[in-house]
Amino acid sequence: MIETTTNWFAACRVEDAVENGGVCVKCGDDQIALFYFTRRNEWYATQNLCPHRQQMALSRGMIGSAGEDPKIACPFHKKTFSLATGECLSGDECAIQTYPVKVEDGLVYIGLNN
Amino acid sequence: MKQEKIVIIGNGMVGYKFCEKIISKKNDFDIIIFGEEPRRAYDRVHLSEYFNGKSADDLSLSTSEWYTQQGITLYLNDPVKEIDRNNRTVHSSKGLTVKYDYLIIATGSAPFVPDIPGIDKEGVFVYRTIEDLDLIRNYATHAKTGAVLGGGLLGLEAAKALIDLNLSETNVIEFAPRLMPRQIDSAGSGMLQSKLKALGLNIYTNKGTSSIEGTDRISALKFNDGTELKTDMLVISAGIRPRDELAKLSGIEVGTRGGIIVNEYMQTSDPSIFAIGECALFDHNIYGLIAPGYEMAEVAAARICNDIKTFKGFDMSTKLKLIGVDVASFGDPFTTEPDARTILFEDSHKGIYKRINISNDGKYLLGGILIGEAEAYNMLLQTVNNKILLPPNPEDLILGSRGGSAQSENAGLAGLPDEALICSCEGISKGAICNAVSEDGCESIDAIKKCTKAGTGCGGCIPMVKDLMLHTMKQNGKYVRNVVCEHFHLSRQELYDLIKIHNLKNYEQVLDNLGKGDGCEVCKPLVSSLLASLWNDMILKKGNDTAQDSNDRFLANIQKGGTYSVVPRIPGGEITPEKLVIIGQVAEKYGLYTKITGGQRIDMFGAHLSDLPLIWEELINAGFESGHAYGKALRTVKSCVGSTWCRFGLHDSVSYAIRIEERYRGLRAPHKLKSAVSGCIRECAEAQSKDFGIIATEKGWNLYVCGNGGSKPQHALLLAADVDSDTCIKYIDRFLMFYIRTADPLTRTAPWLNKMEGGMEYLRNVVVNDSLGMAEQWELEMQALVDSYQCEWKTAIEDPEIRKRFNHFVNAPEEKDPSVKFDEMRGQKKAADWTLA
Repeated sequence: MIETTTNWFAACRVEDAVENGGVCVKCGDDQIALFYFTRRNEWYATQNLCPHRQQMALSRGMIGSAGEDPKIACPFHKKTFSLATGECLSGDECAIQTYPVKVEDGLVYIGLNN
Repeated sequence: MKQEKIVIIGNGMVGYKFCEKIISKKNDFDIIIFGEEPRRAYDRVHLSEYFNGKSADDLSLSTSEWYTQQGITLYLNDPVKEIDRNNRTVHSSKGLTVKYDYLIIATGSAPFVPDIPGIDKEGVFVYRTIEDLDLIRNYATHAKTGAVLGGGLLGLEAAKALIDLNLSETNVIEFAPRLMPRQIDSAGSGMLQSKLKALGLNIYTNKGTSSIEGTDRISALKFNDGTELKTDMLVISAGIRPRDELAKLSGIEVGTRGGIIVNEYMQTSDPSIFAIGECALFDHNIYGLIAPGYEMAEVAAARICNDIKTFKGFDMSTKLKLIGVDVASFGDPFTTEPDARTILFEDSHKGIYKRINISNDGKYLLGGILIGEAEAYNMLLQTVNNKILLPPNPEDLILGSRGGSAQSENAGLAGLPDEALICSCEGISKGAICNAVSEDGCESIDAIKKCTKAGTGCGGCIPMVKDLMLHTMKQNGKYVRNVVCEHFHLSRQELYDLIKIHNLKNYEQVLDNLGKGDGCEVCKPLVSSLLASLWNDMILKKGNDTAQDSNDRFLANIQKGGTYSVVPRIPGGEITPEKLVIIGQVAEKYGLYTKITGGQRIDMFGAHLSDLPLIWEELINAGFESGHAYGKALRTVKSCVGSTWCRFGLHDSVSYAIRIEERYRGLRAPHKLKSAVSGCIRECAEAQSKDFGIIATEKGWNLYVCGNGGSKPQHALLLAADVDSDTCIKYIDRFLMFYIRTADPLTRTAPWLNKMEGGMEYLRNVVVNDSLGMAEQWELEMQALVDSYQCEWKTAIEDPEIRKRFNHFVNAPEEKDPSVKFDEMRGQKKAADWTLA
């Protein structure tokens, strides 16, 4: 999937992101949750909508790890999803969309599919 | 094929067990039972409990429906009086004649009654059946003193029964030089004797009884040494005599000193007739315990179903509580040098005696005796039976914990082979119990009892079954009650102590120092709560902000649709008209739904994330502060109007509620905390449903604690009565700090108390009597928390960095979440319903 990405969307400055947490990025009509996993020095982006109850909330959740896998827990009912693959780690909710992230010159970019 | 007939003579515990066993093997026999007693089989092992509250029904092993369901014919009150072996029939005393293919004699035993002159006087009893107990109970109502003849196991049980009947004096007379001569050595007997004496039992050993005095009814016992003991009643418990008279009459071989002779399949000299339980004589032994009886039932049932099982004699190890004193004897308790070496421990202060016998090479445990403390019994018995190699210092086995005992105990359990017999009554192995936990998901003692029957006999193995269950659950990664999550292999209480000792101030520090991995939604809020309980820093300080649960992170309760609700503090539920107007104005301005809460305050719903700081700015300017409705913290202190207005009020409950709410506001705890103050016994504030509730009395306040609503409501219990206002607050300080420090995560006060060993008595000792010596420290700690209180919302709106986080879009701070939708109801807004994928 990464190879087909052509459009890098400038989301915010590094200092606007929340350390070890998420922010919500407005991307046209879409909402993308952007996570700065400072502890692992990693960036992740996923859809902001939690598929469980269709709430725009993942950016307000808590991040963490299950084994080695980085994950996000929805603040509503604590459904967890892998930040790396989008796969649901608790129960059988459908997977969430993930996006590649890059940082250049203090700006954070999210890779969108055209 | 015609249905084979099994006739069982005797409906005691062993006869009943045989039914269970045979049905579980093959369910196509026609089974007929003749019982002599008027009742269905009952638990004779726990017979003495009949005198402290258990009814005959409680003791019963089964219901009458059970027999019907199993297609078993049961004749009670109708003993068999003749066996016709030639025609294979039995004749009952009520005149029934029944054919049999197999006959099971399970007639048990009768008390042995020695031939002493006067033994037939009124007031002399035996101790065997519920009917015997009824007779004893009736007679005891006009008796002051009682005696038991026989200081063995049953005799001491009978003595306990007499104590339970409130006789003012109970005496035990033993012919041998010591108590329980078959189970324990003389040093152990000595210790037992002194313990029993301390409990008010008079014990006479070396006493042969020569006659029973009295005209019609007993008045005294005369002994061979010429002495005399006055007594109003006598219970004879001088041993048992197998009930072999019916077998003898039918020409079946019996032993010279009684007992129906059986082979290793429990067959008598007539191979279609079996004898099991206390009436059977195997290898010159009568087995007077329940476990071997059950084993005999199993062997006989197996034989009839053409299974190959044999009876190989039985371990007569036993552990019981005699009048509150633990007594155990296992393996070979008496062996001495030169066959073995002995390790003794004696503590006459606490009344503990322990003896273990080990092999000369020090490798194996052979047996032993425990008096006064027998916790180690199960493990020691397993060590004997499974020939487990002893540790280098075998004395550790009886001296107990001298560091790292929990580990060694678990290592012991893990070291047992799967075949190790844990429940000897039912013959259940370690493997079967572990299997029930792992494969069948049994995670409570009750579930294991149901699934395997382990622990349903004498019950002595239950502690070990429990340890095994917990051990297996732990191994399966299931037993997580005490460990926070995969990132912290510590309990909440351990974490609390370690964070304090290491002076750790934020989540990352705690994770780096005490945990591993990158944290998760379980440990983050937990650690954040501990940090707040310990240091009371602003919870959104950098580094802690993203470790807060969502509600704490945005200082508001997230609601359906992604908006938040706002609850300002209204201490004691008291509010001025001016402030009510402000709330109305703010709610109107920001388009909020308003509702009165259960805790006497006002909740405003439907606030957009970015409106929260604006709303709070207005509220704080009008003199409000955060209500902490979003936190695992003190919520409200509800109050009734009290003596200022109410014609019944004893004290000013509103003022006291405000004082309490302002003292503990913002206090972070393992779960939310609720409180209330009522001004009189009418209890309008419902204080007894709160974590801590206070009710006015004529003399002061009654303090109730550990009440909860929720899915399993529980009333609060009285902690202290008639205390003054300051003392009451001191007690609350201590109570809350104790709770904060020791409760498991997300455990409210009621379940916390339910799990506490010693319950309310213990809690009262800790809080009121300062039994842990922590009172002063806790009061100081609480005062430090009270002094460092700040309104989180005030700090938040004054800090631009924190304020910045209350925008929905990082790249469009002025825009609200366009996905938020409301509907309308009764003139106000409501959140749109969940939309399902």
